[in-house]
Amino acid sequence: MTGTAVPAAPSGDVRQRVAIEVAPGTGAEAARRFFANRLAVIGLVVALTIVVVAVLAEVLAPYPRDFADFSQVLQYPSPAHPLGTDAVGRDFLSRVLHGARTSMLVGLLTPLLSALIGIPLGAWAGWHGGKFDFVFLRAVEITTAIPGYMLAILLVTIWGGGLELLIFYFVIVGWVGFGRLARAQFVALKPREYILSARSLGASDIRLMVRHILPNAAGPMVVVLVIAIPEAIFSEAGLSVLGLGVKNPIPSWGKMIAEGAPYAATYWYLMVIPTILIAVTMLAFTFVGDGLRDALDPHSQQPRTGLLKRGGMLMARKR
Amino acid sequence: MLIYIFRRMATLLLSIAAVSVIVFALMHSVPGGPFTYEKPLPQAALDNIARKYGLDRPVYEQYLKWVVAMLQGDFGIPYQSPTETVTQVILRAWPVTLVVSGISIVIAFGMGMFLGVVAALRQNSLIDNIVTFGATLGMAVPNYIIGYLLVTVLVIRLGLLPTGGWGEPKHLLMPVIAYSLGPMALVARITRASLLEVMPSEYVRLARARGIPGRTIIRRYIMKNAAIPLITILLPLTTGMLTGSIFVESIFSVPGIGRFFTTSALVRDYPMIMALAMLVAVLWGIMYLVSDVLYALIDPRVGLAGDSR
Repeated sequence: MTGTAVPAAPSGDVRQRVAIEVAPGTGAEAARRFFANRLAVIGLVVALTIVVVAVLAEVLAPYPRDFADFSQVLQYPSPAHPLGTDAVGRDFLSRVLHGARTSMLVGLLTPLLSALIGIPLGAWAGWHGGKFDFVFLRAVEITTAIPGYMLAILLVTIWGGGLELLIFYFVIVGWVGFGRLARAQFVALKPREYILSARSLGASDIRLMVRHILPNAAGPMVVVLVIAIPEAIFSEAGLSVLGLGVKNPIPSWGKMIAEGAPYAATYWYLMVIPTILIAVTMLAFTFVGDGLRDALDPHSQQPRTGLLKRGGMLMARKR
Repeated sequence: MLIYIFRRMATLLLSIAAVSVIVFALMHSVPGGPFTYEKPLPQAALDNIARKYGLDRPVYEQYLKWVVAMLQGDFGIPYQSPTETVTQVILRAWPVTLVVSGISIVIAFGMGMFLGVVAALRQNSLIDNIVTFGATLGMAVPNYIIGYLLVTVLVIRLGLLPTGGWGEPKHLLMPVIAYSLGPMALVARITRASLLEVMPSEYVRLARARGIPGRTIIRRYIMKNAAIPLITILLPLTTGMLTGSIFVESIFSVPGIGRFFTTSALVRDYPMIMALAMLVAVLWGIMYLVSDVLYALIDPRVGLAGDSR
């Protein structure tokens, strides 16, 4: 991790503590560490730019996303079409800009929805234990018995592709990671003294979970949330490359790669531009995620295991 | 220990059974089927097809028949090529995947460890920065992106290689590069990190003080301990690669298991997809069983009584 300011650990016992809880008041300290990390800041700037482009796609794009002019098929870049046109005469720049919207929709909604489902389930399982916990663990086990990408492709085979369904499939695979993390945190934090003392003051279960445990468990959850963004972008683009992803007329960078491939001998940029955009977007969010992890948990020196998951895409399993 | 292994095997069987029910239920929840065409076939023909593939029987009977047949190694007849069995197709495709992934694994671990050691021994030098940054890139960029960039440069711009195909050594080059870069980056990064963790430790300093030559220290004292994190990723990484990369194989038309998964998904070839999904689930299950048992053997602190998850 180049360029990361890692303060020396004061003592062995602090090392262990920080792994789970972020002491109150370290927000500013974490922010300072994040902004001292050059790669993370660059990543953040690029990522925010892409988000803005995605939001403003309609305003920025010179043409509608699916306006096809059959007299203008496969044009080289020109003032009218800054990136040329594709095989059915659609303005490529407009497609690229709208593709950012698809990427961001999948990339941001998948982790958010997964977290919204996984964290409450995992928290409840970790807090109460018992039957609910048992069922929760079996559900996690079964979901992870098939690699995530396979489950996603199975579901595409059965219920078809499309943007909304794709996000739904990714959430089916993705909630497990959040659920497991939340469960582990709640199991670890529940027996703490401060929880006991809050309880003795008459705090209700819900209050204990939301006001006392959740804030202390938030750090790792935020990191997992951000690291899940490039995973989701990767999955959408990958399935779309294979023709199993987003459907027409919605443009997707992955689909554009596949559409451009047959013409790549002459119009190489049709394939290369979306390829590079996917790479840049994923890198940007990965840098932000790595930076956040280093900032929130400066003592973890482990390289991220993202690739293991990705080796077969969304393989939500971390031991 | 034996009890622990049996317990894990029992849970493995249970979760595989659960997977089989889910896979089967999903496949039968499908609206339409492989024989639903826009111009419908005559009813008599549809009935005949249904009878041939056993689609006219009750669902639970189809499930049991499927499970029993699977246990005997019979996965049915693929809809996309009715002249062979699924087992034949898999036996034909898997060796192809094994060749690509086998070479890729060897390169990924060999090169990855080499780069990781070089980077760690010259920490913060130019080489270290290049390796570290390259590893970050390699881990973040998906293999299909690497694949398409390779095609653009090597095939389209330079015209050095054919786009895809299978049978000659030159067909291996691009899939192996695209397939091995990511794992190589991961291995390099883990090697570097664990070397840096081990190098400043007391016993290494002691070995230095005793005058043991540097090379021996690296080999006997540092590498030995730094290898533990590598061993822990070896198993899942290998399993993941052996089950094929749908992307790399599809891009380069490598007739391996991953490509069959995609084509089967595109044409809704149920027997093929179900067989592949079950096979992969079983492989991963065995991998987790083996690695759990290995952990328990290596590290006596791993609790055998309760499932740590």
